[in-house]
Amino acid sequence: MSTRNDKKEVETTGHSWDGIEEYNNPLPRWWVWVFYACIAWGVWYTVAYPAWPGLKEATAGYLGFSTRARVANEMAAVDAANADMVAALETVDLAALKDDENLHGFAVNMGSAVFKANCSQCHGSGAAGAKGYPALIDDDWIWGGRIDEIAFTVTNGIRNEQSFSARGYGGVMPSFADVFSGEETSAVVAYVRGISGQEHDAALAAEGETLFLDNCASCHGDAGMGSLAATREYEDPTALYPDGEMTGALNLTDAIWLYGGDEATITETLVKGRAGVMPAWSEEFRPGSGLSAAEINAVAAYVHQLGGGQ
Amino acid sequence: MSSPEAPEQLYAAREPVFPRRVKGKFRNLKWLIMIITLGIYYLTPWIRWDRGPELPDQAVLVDLASRRFFFFWIEIWPHEFYFVAGLLIMAGLGLFLFTSALGRVWCGYACPQTVWTDLFILVERWVEGDRNARVRLWNAKWSANKARLRLTKWVLWAFIALATGGAWVFYFTDAPTLLVNLVNGSAHPIAYTTLFILTATTFFFGGIAREQVCIYACPWPRIQAAMMDEDTITIGYRHWRGEPRGKLKKQAVDTNQGDCIDCMACVNVCPMGIDIRNGQQMECITCGLCIDACDEMMDKIGKPRGLVDYLALKDEESETQGKPTIPVLKHILRPRTILYTALWSIVGFALVFALFIRSDIDMTVSPVRNPTFIVKSDGTIRNVYEVRLRNKHGEARPFGLALNNGSELNLDVEGSEGTIITVNADEMKNVRVYVEAPAGSEAASSERVPFTFWVTDLTNQERASVDTIFNGRNN
Repeated sequence: MSTRNDKKEVETTGHSWDGIEEYNNPLPRWWVWVFYACIAWGVWYTVAYPAWPGLKEATAGYLGFSTRARVANEMAAVDAANADMVAALETVDLAALKDDENLHGFAVNMGSAVFKANCSQCHGSGAAGAKGYPALIDDDWIWGGRIDEIAFTVTNGIRNEQSFSARGYGGVMPSFADVFSGEETSAVVAYVRGISGQEHDAALAAEGETLFLDNCASCHGDAGMGSLAATREYEDPTALYPDGEMTGALNLTDAIWLYGGDEATITETLVKGRAGVMPAWSEEFRPGSGLSAAEINAVAAYVHQLGGGQ
Repeated sequence: MSSPEAPEQLYAAREPVFPRRVKGKFRNLKWLIMIITLGIYYLTPWIRWDRGPELPDQAVLVDLASRRFFFFWIEIWPHEFYFVAGLLIMAGLGLFLFTSALGRVWCGYACPQTVWTDLFILVERWVEGDRNARVRLWNAKWSANKARLRLTKWVLWAFIALATGGAWVFYFTDAPTLLVNLVNGSAHPIAYTTLFILTATTFFFGGIAREQVCIYACPWPRIQAAMMDEDTITIGYRHWRGEPRGKLKKQAVDTNQGDCIDCMACVNVCPMGIDIRNGQQMECITCGLCIDACDEMMDKIGKPRGLVDYLALKDEESETQGKPTIPVLKHILRPRTILYTALWSIVGFALVFALFIRSDIDMTVSPVRNPTFIVKSDGTIRNVYEVRLRNKHGEARPFGLALNNGSELNLDVEGSEGTIITVNADEMKNVRVYVEAPAGSEAASSERVPFTFWVTDLTNQERASVDTIFNGRNN
C-alpha cells in the first residue's frame, strides 16, 4: 500500500535550518475535527459555567456551579458526618469521656479548633498564657483543673457581668494602698517571697507574717495556698463551687506566678490590686457568638489533656 | 509560503493500515513479551499475600483511602514516597539507556499501546482474515456479512477493553470483593467511572487510533529522537545490497539487480504503514516485523538473510564502503550507555539499600516549641514532645518508651499510667509526652540538654532511637 513518505514529491515548507528542511505534510483530518470539537466545547463551557464578565458580576452559567457552593457543600457533608459525635459530646458525662477513646479523640481535635479560634487570643496558641492570663498547661489551677471544672469556667467565665455563676464574682484582689504603709507593704512582700521559697529578707518577712495573717489569709488561706486548696479542704472536693465560694485567691507558695513573683511585681499587685476577667463563653450569655454545649465540652477536653488536667 | 505552489490539501484522512501476518524470531519475541506483560497486568491483582488478620491479603494493592501501598512483603507509607520517586527516576534512566543503545525498543515491544494494538490486530485477523481479506472488506459496501464481521470484532475488542479497564481498578481495592460488587451493581461510582473510561480508551486506542497515537499523540518518540546517535541500533535496509530493486525473474539474472525483489512483504507487515526501504522514519517503532518478513522471503529465494536488519546509522556508511559488519555489542558498549547503566544501578542500589535499612519501628519526635518549657508548681521544668509511632504490623503492638541512661530526666505520657503505648495494627499514633527535670537539677537550669528517646517494640524487642533537646530555664 502507498505511504506518505514514498511520495517523493512532498513539498517542503521552504524553511531550512542548518540544511534541515521541513516537510509540508497535511494535517491528519481527525486532528482538525478535534480542533473544531475543542472550539465547540469552549463555547459550551462559557455558557455552562461562570465565564463572561459583566459590570457587576460574571454570568453564572446554566449549571449553576460555583466553587463557594462546593466548599459549603463539602463543609456541610463534614458536619453531617460528625453530627452523631457532636450530639454525643453535647450530653456526655465529662468524667467518663476519657473512657470512650473515639469520642475523646474527636473532642480533643474539635476542642483544638475551638481553642485556636476563641481562646488563643489571651491564653496563647500553645496555651502557655501570658502575664495576667493563666497558662493552661501547668499543674496549677485557680478555679480547678478537673474537666468539669474547666467546662464550668469556660461556660460562665470569671468576674464578668454576664453570668451570675461567673467564677469569683465580687472576689477581687483589692488595693492595699490605703491599708499598708510603704514599710508594711515591703514586709508583706518579703513574707510572700519567703513562703514561695524565694530570696527574701528574713527579718522583714517575720514582720510581714502578722500583717499577712490579719489581712491576706482570709482569702489566700493561713498557709497562702489559695482559695482552691482551702475550698477543696473544707468543702466537698468534687463540687463545682458555683456561687462565689471561691475568690480565686492565688496559691502564693508555688513556683507559678500569674503576674510575676519578683519584688516589684508583688508590690505592684499589693498596691494596685488585681481583678482578671474572663468572659462567659456559653451561648446562653453570648447569643449568636457563644460556644455550644458540645464546643464547650470539646474545648474542656482539649485543655484537660494539655498536661495539667486533674 | 515560499513553495512554488500551494499544497494540494491542508489535511488528509488517515490511511488505514492492514498489517499482514508474519512469522519469525522477532514476531515470536513479541508474542512472548505480550503474554508476559499482559499476564502480569491481568493476574497480579489476584495474587494473595498473608499479612495478618487486620491487613489486606492482596499482594499488590494501592490503598488510596488509607494511604498505603502494599507490594508483597513491602509496605510503603506516605512518608516513604521517595521509593516511588526513586522507581520513577529508574524508569526514566532505563528508557534513556534503552533508547540510546537500542532505539525505540520500548515502543516496538513493551509499550502498552503497542502490546494492546498487537492484541487487537490479532483479534481482527481472527475475525476478518489476513491482510487481503481485510482490504477487501474495507472496500466492500456495507452488507449483512460485513456488519456481522465488524460487530463480532467490536464485541471481542470490547471484552478485552473491559477486562483491561477492570484489571486496573482491581489494583486499588480488594479484587474479589470488588468483582462481586461490580457485578451486582453495588461498587462505588468511582470504580464504574474508572472502568468505563479505561474500557473506552483501550477500545479506542487499541482498535481505532493505533499508530496515530504513536505518530501524533505520544511525546516520547519526539524525546527519543534527541537520544539517538549513529551508534544506536535501529531498523535499516541494506541499500547497497538491495538496490537496484526489481522483480524476480526466472530468466537470466540481471547482474546489476540487487537482492530486493520489491515483493512489498516488509511494507505489508508494518503496523505503522511505512516502507522501511526509505530509511529511518519518524513513524518507525522498530518492532522488527519487517525483518521477519524479509528474512522469510530471502530464505525462499535463496539469498542471505538481513537485507532488512537491526542496523546503526554508522553501519550503512561502513558497509557501503565494503567494510565488515560492526558487531552489535560494539555499538551498544559506549561511554554514554555505560554512564546510563551506572546511574541506573546507583539509584537501584540506593533504593534496595534504603529498603533494607528501613526500620520496622518508626518514631518521630517533634518538640513542642510553644512554649519551649513550662514551670510546674513545685518548680519542675517540663518540656512537651509530640511523639509519633507507626505500627507497620498486622496486629496491635505495645511499644515501650524510655530515655537514655544516666539522664536526670523523667518521662510521662499523657493519658496513660506508664510509658507503654499500644498502637493499633497498621496505624500511626500521636502521643503527648512530658519530659521533666526536677527543680534545681542540672537539666532544669541548663539552656539546652541533648538526650535520646528510645522506643522498644515489646513484641520482638526491636529498638529505635531519636535524638532531641531538652530546654531548661534559660536564665
